Amino acid sequence: MSLVQSQEQIAFRRAQTRRQAKFKLRLRNFILYAILIALSIIYLLPLYWMISTSLKLTGSEMVIPPQWIPDPIVWGNYVDIFVQVPLTLYIRNSTLITLTATIFGVLTASLAGYGFARLQFPGRNLFFTLCIASLMLPEIVTLIPEFILFRRIGWVNTFLPLIVPWSLAGSSFAVFLFRQYCLTIPLELDEAARVDGAGTLRIWWSIIVPLSKAVLATLAILSFIHHWNEFLRPLIYLGRPELRTLAIGLRAFRGEYQLAWNYMMAVALIMLLPILVLFFMAQRQFVQGIVMTGIKG
Amino acid sequence: MSITKAANLGDQLRAVPSRRSRFRRRQEIEGLLCILPWLIGFLCFKFGPMLASLVIGMMQWDALQPPRWVGLENFQTMLSDPRWYSALYNTAYLSFLSVPLQLTVAFLFALILNEKLRAMPTFRTIFYLPSQTPLVATAFLWNWIYHPDFGLANALMSMLGLPPQGWLFDLDLAKPSLILITLWSGIGVPMIIFLAGLQGVPETLYEAASLDGAGAWARFRHVTIPMVSPVIFFNLIIGIIASFQGFFTIVFLTTGGGPVYATLIYVVYIYFRAFQDFKMGYAAALAWVLFLIIMAMTAIQFFLARRWVYYEGSDRA
Repeated sequence: MSLVQSQEQIAFRRAQTRRQAKFKLRLRNFILYAILIALSIIYLLPLYWMISTSLKLTGSEMVIPPQWIPDPIVWGNYVDIFVQVPLTLYIRNSTLITLTATIFGVLTASLAGYGFARLQFPGRNLFFTLCIASLMLPEIVTLIPEFILFRRIGWVNTFLPLIVPWSLAGSSFAVFLFRQYCLTIPLELDEAARVDGAGTLRIWWSIIVPLSKAVLATLAILSFIHHWNEFLRPLIYLGRPELRTLAIGLRAFRGEYQLAWNYMMAVALIMLLPILVLFFMAQRQFVQGIVMTGIKG
Repeated sequence: MSITKAANLGDQLRAVPSRRSRFRRRQEIEGLLCILPWLIGFLCFKFGPMLASLVIGMMQWDALQPPRWVGLENFQTMLSDPRWYSALYNTAYLSFLSVPLQLTVAFLFALILNEKLRAMPTFRTIFYLPSQTPLVATAFLWNWIYHPDFGLANALMSMLGLPPQGWLFDLDLAKPSLILITLWSGIGVPMIIFLAGLQGVPETLYEAASLDGAGAWARFRHVTIPMVSPVIFFNLIIGIIASFQGFFTIVFLTTGGGPVYATLIYVVYIYFRAFQDFKMGYAAALAWVLFLIIMAMTAIQFFLARRWVYYEGSDRA
């Protein structure tokens, strides 16, 4: 009798602890979600403010207390900005610089990375060490001599200072990363191709490049973001209004055109748009790119 | 670590005996051709300018007169230049406050995101998005948020019953206001790196620690922290170095160095000297001093890291 009773008690206790554990887990998850949602609101608030301002009627963005939801919602702001300021031109300039520099930059970096990984030549280790060391070199150190050089050869007020240096040696990091990746590709593939009569360039183009599409995509994304957002160099080199990129155009809108805040926020969002599209298209490459830059040492 | 590993691999490649020396000769030429575009760019736009910058730093080089050799005069001028001191102070203030703050917040976020919940990818994207906003757009967004009359910041202050502030226009609040911007826009990248580091910690270590009776805090303190310390270290180096040369876009477009030089940071100061006063020589000297400071900080951090960074596989714990 007493034995049965104690067995019942044990079963009851077990169920109780199980219920407690489940409750504990639920409570934990609930707290986690509460924290995450609170933090999300804080981090999304500035972006929400940008979007909501961009949809407000001119003048109604400057009221106290502020309108949280635009009333009325003016989608026309996004049409107006193309009429009010030379936005199309600036988008075209930005796109031209970004795409050219990205395509050539990724190509030369991958070619150099391949050379460092696969080929024997005098000075290889020296140049590679220099490449790594230059990761530490601040951009601002080379800026002034570069400017003096480009002014002398008449490249100021052209896109060339923004395209040529990067196309050739924009990112030592890209060279380094591509070399590391090449080392993971089996050497047998190269040798087999060589036996079949392929030259060095041919091996690079038809074996290495197709095998490293993911790395190349990551490098291309990093480069795209860099050029699309770049501010200091365009500011120095692109003095003429018709050459402005979106980044320095935005500044000019506030200064020269005295653009209202709702229009400013609309232009800022247009600048953000391609990055967002790229992010949602290639989230994995994005995240990989960051992780790789973070652990590059 | 990966560099030495790669170098070993390179040695192994070299050890493969080459049978045909004519083939080898051709390979040498082809190898040089492969890196040639990069090498030209590197010598013309990185290595060359770096040396040229030192030479220009020893010259008086402005718009009016032909360049003249002055030796170390520019560096001496710096020592009696009050603006240089404020630029140094402001940069150090911003870097040493904002980078550790950013990393702490990013690490906490990564810890929460490392928990197993279904909606995590969405939250990760939300915290990551601000860091992908172009800095120019970020600068104008926060100019608007900090607007003294109609900005979001003061609207929130009045909702909380607090007096409105001058934010970027306030002598004491300007720097903290900038730090707040970096806490919004600067945590996405280190957060993702921390998250990758946390996910790299083997589950077995936590299980072993639990079996030994370690509670949640002990597991965090003695497993998580040592395992991700290399990641913390690299984020710290990269963060501080980047911030010493960074902030340009944000500061230039929000405060422009004001009010009363309260946010005049090093790179903005170099920009003003070079491209507004056209004192190219002095600006180049300023840039080289920054370069030396950055190199010194990197060396110090590598030295300190030996004390507290744990590398898997090494004997030092």
